[in-house]
Amino acid sequence: MALLTCRGLSIGYEGKEVIGGLDFEVCEGDYLCIVGENGSGKSTLMKTILGLNPPLGGSIGFGDGLKQNEIGYLPQQTDVQRDFPALVKEIVISGCQNKLGLKPFYSKEDKARAKAMTEKLGLTPLEKRCYRELSGGQQQRVLLARALCAAEKIILLDEPVSGLDPLVTAEMYELIESLNKEDGITVIMISHDIDAAMKYADKILHIGKNVFFGSADEYRNAKGAFASREGGEA
Amino acid sequence: MGAFSDKLEYLSYPFVQYALIVGILVALCSSLLGVTLVLKRFSFIGDGLSHVAFGAMAIAAVLKLTNDMPLVMIITVLSAVLLLRTGQNARIKGDAAIAMISVSALAIGYLLMNIFSKSSNLSGDVCTTLFGSTSILTLSKAEVALCIILSVLVVITFIFFYNKIFAVTFDENFARATGVKAGAYNLLIAIVVAVIIVLAMNLVGSLLITALVIFPALSAMRVFKSFRSVTICSAVLSVFCALLGIIISVFAGTPVGSTIVAADIAAFAIFALTGALKRGK
Ligand SMILES: Nc1ncnc2c1ncn2[C@@H]1O[C@H](COP(=O)(O)OP(=O)(O)OP(=O)(O)O)[C@@H](O)[C@H]1O
Ligand SMILES: [Mg+2]
Repeated sequence: MALLTCRGLSIGYEGKEVIGGLDFEVCEGDYLCIVGENGSGKSTLMKTILGLNPPLGGSIGFGDGLKQNEIGYLPQQTDVQRDFPALVKEIVISGCQNKLGLKPFYSKEDKARAKAMTEKLGLTPLEKRCYRELSGGQQQRVLLARALCAAEKIILLDEPVSGLDPLVTAEMYELIESLNKEDGITVIMISHDIDAAMKYADKILHIGKNVFFGSADEYRNAKGAFASREGGEA
Repeated sequence: MGAFSDKLEYLSYPFVQYALIVGILVALCSSLLGVTLVLKRFSFIGDGLSHVAFGAMAIAAVLKLTNDMPLVMIITVLSAVLLLRTGQNARIKGDAAIAMISVSALAIGYLLMNIFSKSSNLSGDVCTTLFGSTSILTLSKAEVALCIILSVLVVITFIFFYNKIFAVTFDENFARATGVKAGAYNLLIAIVVAVIIVLAMNLVGSLLITALVIFPALSAMRVFKSFRSVTICSAVLSVFCALLGIIISVFAGTPVGSTIVAADIAAFAIFALTGALKRGK
């Protein structure tokens, strides 16, 4: 049974549709890449799936007993205010908040998990630094570590490698891959890196003027139809 | 130094000590949510609510209630919930709505007091409600007790929900997306703010409450970098300034509310300078 099923989904803002007629499903253990040009509605789709943005029509169904608090999320932009006083440490562990329910304090396991994620993303030396004083790429990694803390069954990543240097980008893809293959976490990722998408993902959802949903191999064969528009974007 | 020792003796009177206790507790409570209010751009709501509380007090005066706290509390909490709703539906309109409600409450409140008040010292009464009593020694025993109970509740709530408040303040969308009940916590924050405002009205009056809420947080944010240290620092700073303000006002005979706020402003100047020096290095 599918973890997530979208049928005839129409998304947009305040009644104005960005894109409609989306049909796709994500099964447990899938690695789905969402691609498409700027402004095609990828981020909007992700926000709609997460319940941050109401759908204009159609349906989104969670299956397999997926609960909202088993989701991890890396937003494309976070409107964190410039002068917010918060340490990297405090932010990473806030990803575990969804496991607390009404409990007030983080458990030992939560702390260990946050520590492991910090380690995984090479943030340990920055742990006691103030978030607002980090570089864009470093901030991105902090938010990713937070997303990993929150992800129990599924993780939604909105352009996780944007702003990362080539070395860290490669590491990031490896990390997401191992998360998917070893930890069995379902991945939905938005990316402009078509080559990486076809290399790592099992399924591709292309949105824009032409909508495509299918396996990475099918997408490779059909790519001619999209290549003209997607062009040299990488 | 006869006058001085007179004043010292004054500090040992139970009603002065009550005032000190109330001052410390109110200062502590009002500083706790300051960081959240500043960062969430909720300071507006705080301001609006204090004016609503003023209007509610006027209504209580008209109804000749001897203990106006419950009525004022109910009206302010309801307004907090309402303001939060409108603020969420549309950002820009939310600000306008708050401005509208706050000036209306102010105007209607003054109007009501003017029409119905039998008091011979109306402008004095209004001044007291706006800027706090000239001395907080007028607090009744019941008010002190209620204040202690509510403060303890506020502090416990804050500690209990500290991690949740951080998560919701830092990134509400992330919290919501990952299954944290952000709406409920926002509501909780609004209610606690309303309670704090009603509490603080006794001390500094409705016009100066915002200062009591945001100054310690703004000062602490100049120097400290973690959410926890900013929270602790603003609590300590707020209590210190309140104590200093009350003691100065006792000795110099100045109005309590404005003296405390003046101490907060001075502290802000010091912290801003320290922060600038630290960054300059
Ligand atoms: N908050 C908003 N209110 C109204 N319209 C919006 C809002 N956010 C985005 N849009 C519009 O919705 C459309 C889709 O935006 P979206 O952010 O989903 O694009 P995207 O596919 O993620 O693009 P990118 O590759 O640049 O991230 C755009 O035309 C944008 O102008
Ligand atoms: Mg986007």
